[in-house]
This record gives sequence, structure tokens and C-alpha cells, in this order.
Amino acid sequence: MSKPVKRHGLITRLWHWVNVITLTVLFMSGLNISNAHRYLYWGNYGFDPADAWTSVIRFPGWATIPGYYSLAEARDWHILMAWPFAIGLLVMWIAMLVSGHFWRDIRTHISEWKPAAIKRDIIEHLKLNFDHGDAKYNFLQKITYGIVLGVLLPGMIFTGLAISPGFEPAAPWLVDILGGRQSARSIHFIFSWALFAFFVVHVVLVLLAGPIGQIRDMITGGKQ
Amino acid sequence: MTHQVGRRGFLAGASALFLGACSKVADTKIGGTLLNSADKWHQKIHRSLSDRMALAREYTKAEISPTFRGNGSRTVGTEAYAASLANGFTDWRLEVRGMVDTPLSLSMENLRALPQRTQITRHDCVEGWSAIGEWTGPQLSVLLEAAGVQDGAKFVVFRCADNLNGQDYYESVDMIDAYHPQTIVAHMLNGEPLPEKNGAPLRMRIERQLGYKHPKYLTAIELVDTLDNIGEGEGGYWEDRSGYQWYAGI
Repeated sequence: MSKPVKRHGLITRLWHWVNVITLTVLFMSGLNISNAHRYLYWGNYGFDPADAWTSVIRFPGWATIPGYYSLAEARDWHILMAWPFAIGLLVMWIAMLVSGHFWRDIRTHISEWKPAAIKRDIIEHLKLNFDHGDAKYNFLQKITYGIVLGVLLPGMIFTGLAISPGFEPAAPWLVDILGGRQSARSIHFIFSWALFAFFVVHVVLVLLAGPIGQIRDMITGGKQ
Repeated sequence: MTHQVGRRGFLAGASALFLGACSKVADTKIGGTLLNSADKWHQKIHRSLSDRMALAREYTKAEISPTFRGNGSRTVGTEAYAASLANGFTDWRLEVRGMVDTPLSLSMENLRALPQRTQITRHDCVEGWSAIGEWTGPQLSVLLEAAGVQDGAKFVVFRCADNLNGQDYYESVDMIDAYHPQTIVAHMLNGEPLPEKNGAPLRMRIERQLGYKHPKYLTAIELVDTLDNIGEGEGGYWEDRSGYQWYAGI
């Protein structure tokens, strides 16, 4: 395994910018779809607001695609954009495993799971000290990237598939392990907001770490 | 305070920019075609992932939802319908017509005399909610075999008594879904005659697709070779009116 010369590999950079587009369209069209029935349930069925575990606000037009309520058009955008998003994630995972990026930079080591070390990491983060030492990413980054890459992003795809009645006969077990169709729909919603929270923290940290250099490196690759 | 407004303003501005770009994409020929034809590939992909006759999940009696929500038309709302409802639909007729050798006109009694299928399935509305109910009725395939479908028939169109916003409700499926074992003409829900809000006296069950594909207040089953001349040509009421996907498996 030769060390990559660039800070960000080509596939990482392509994937990053494809995601900017696909995730934005998916999130905003998803908010339009949410407006169609603003109640979330657990289990297989759910239609009565009295049975909902939460009711969701009506998202305003400026936050949705299209910018007015249209379940049909929002679904067209959502289902179409799911393809480049899902294929991109698959390519990224294969690339990370093959290039060693995952094993080298993202996987955590047992030595990192010490409370004292984690505490120190959190304190350094709060002090806005982003020095990583020798490793490419610090522990908090590894955990965050691990959750985003390993749980939230694939979780969006699997919970999305589980909502589809035409897909269900191909993998009924998927709906079972998620606890039923309405549970899958609830998890889909929760994960989408967890990704939005990641997006907010990510953008804030990029701004604090020097946005021009960060964005330039994500385009050109930068130097190791 | 001003800072907050500024940030919200920025967000709204950025999203407006994005929205503008999206509507531009939707207006281009390639963008529009991509958005509108995706359902055709999704149907092909779904059918390649599992057997074409793969069954939708069936539930146990214990899993039936306490009630079954009525959505869209909750009644036909005409005097003739009220009279039929009052007399237990003894005068209701279901026609099987179009590209068939023997057109049929079936009474409720005729339909109840056919072999019946009972299935407890989940109904998923395009809006996102789900309800579970037990449906009983003859398989559509039995009616199609009795009528003798002619070569060249590609779609089954379902005609309905209800009229929404000035247009008669209708839906359509292709021959694969028409002959699917769970595609039944339901006259019972949870062991009782179909309630008015759920489509009395007859509604289609097209399991594996969303709720708007399950037309209610069924009056005729029509075999056709093209959907172009029916309604506005998109294959269903919501497809014509609002641009919903004809394949509603997602």
C-alpha cells in the first residue's frame, strides 16, 4: 500500500461533490414528501395521528423541492436522486476498502477507546484545537465518519427500500429487521435529520478550520 | 437577532438558488424525461429482483389495524349510489369488456359464487401511512379467463363510479399485475361487506403497489391495447391529474 500523495483521493472528492447535489435534493424533496402525512409511527401500520409517536411541522416552500407542495414531483426527484446517491456510496465503500483508506484512517483502534483519551479529544475539540497528531483523523472524527458512512448513509438506502411495497417481496426480512414499514419510515426520517446535523457541524468546522483551504483541497486534492 | 435573520435569509436564498436550478432541470427535455420515465425502470428492476408472481406479505388476524382508513373518495355521492347502498347492491353490475371474447356483466351474487381468495395485506398510501386489513374476493385472473382475453390486450383498465373534481376515477395495470394471484376484486373487508368509505361494493386490490392503484366503487374492467385514449392517457386519475407515477411500487 503506497501512501497517497494527495490529502483527499480522487474518488473521495468526486463522491463528496456528488453528495452535495444528491443529498440536498433528497433532503429537500423528502421534506416535501413529509408534508403529505406529517405523522410518524412505529410498527407495520399507522394512519391515525392519535397513534403517532410524533407529529412533524409543515416544512415551508423555501425548504422543499419543488418549492410548492407537490407529492408527485417531490417523489420523482427523490426516487431519481436515490440512484446516484446509492451507487456513489457503494463505489466509495469499495474504494475505501480497496485503497486501505478505511483500515488506515477511519477504523478506530482499541487504544483510542480509553475514557481519558476520549475526554481529552472532546476538550481539545471544544477549544477548537484541530491538531490530529500523526493520524489523519482524530478519534471523534473517526467515530463520526464511521457513523455517517457505516450507519446513516446506508441506513437511508435500506430504510428507503423498506418503505417500497414493490421492493418488499424481494427482501421481506429487511422490513422485519427494521420493525415494520412504519418503523422504517420513522427511522428514514430520523436518519435524514441526523445527516442534516452532521452537515451543520461539518460546515461549521470547515468554516473554523479555514474554509478556503478546505474547499480548495476538496476540489484539487491538496497535499498530504 | 439580526444575525439570525441573516442566517435564515442566507439559507432561504441558497435553497431558492437550488430550487431554481431544479426547476430548470425539470424543464429541459432530458431532465423531464428522466424524471417521468424513472418509474418504468423501477418496475423492471423490481420485477427482476423477485419472481414476477412473488407475493406481497400477508399478515395474521392479530396484526389487522383497528380500523381501515378511507381516503380520497369516501362515497360516490349520487342518488343512484345511495339507492344501491340501501338495497345491498343487488342491482350493482361489474362489466368485463373491451378486448375479450365474451363480455360479462356480473352481479354481486355472481362474484360471490366464484372461488374466493382471502388475504390480510398492508395498504400503503402514497402519502406515507399504512393500514392492514383482510380482503376477500375472486381473483381478477378468474374473471379474465372466463371472459377470454384477446391477443394484443396489454392493459386492464378499472372504471369506477366515483367522480373526483369533475373527473371519473380510473386506474390501470399491465397483464403481469392483472394475473398476479393477490390481484382480487374485493367485496369484503375484515369479514364484512366492503364499507362505503373503502369502496363499496367492490374495490381492486393491487398488492405490491400504493393505494391509488386500488380503485374503489368498481363498475367495469376493460381490456385495452393502449392507455393513450383513456382519460388524459397517463393510465389513471392521479397520473392524469397530478403526475403520479403509473408504476406505484415505490
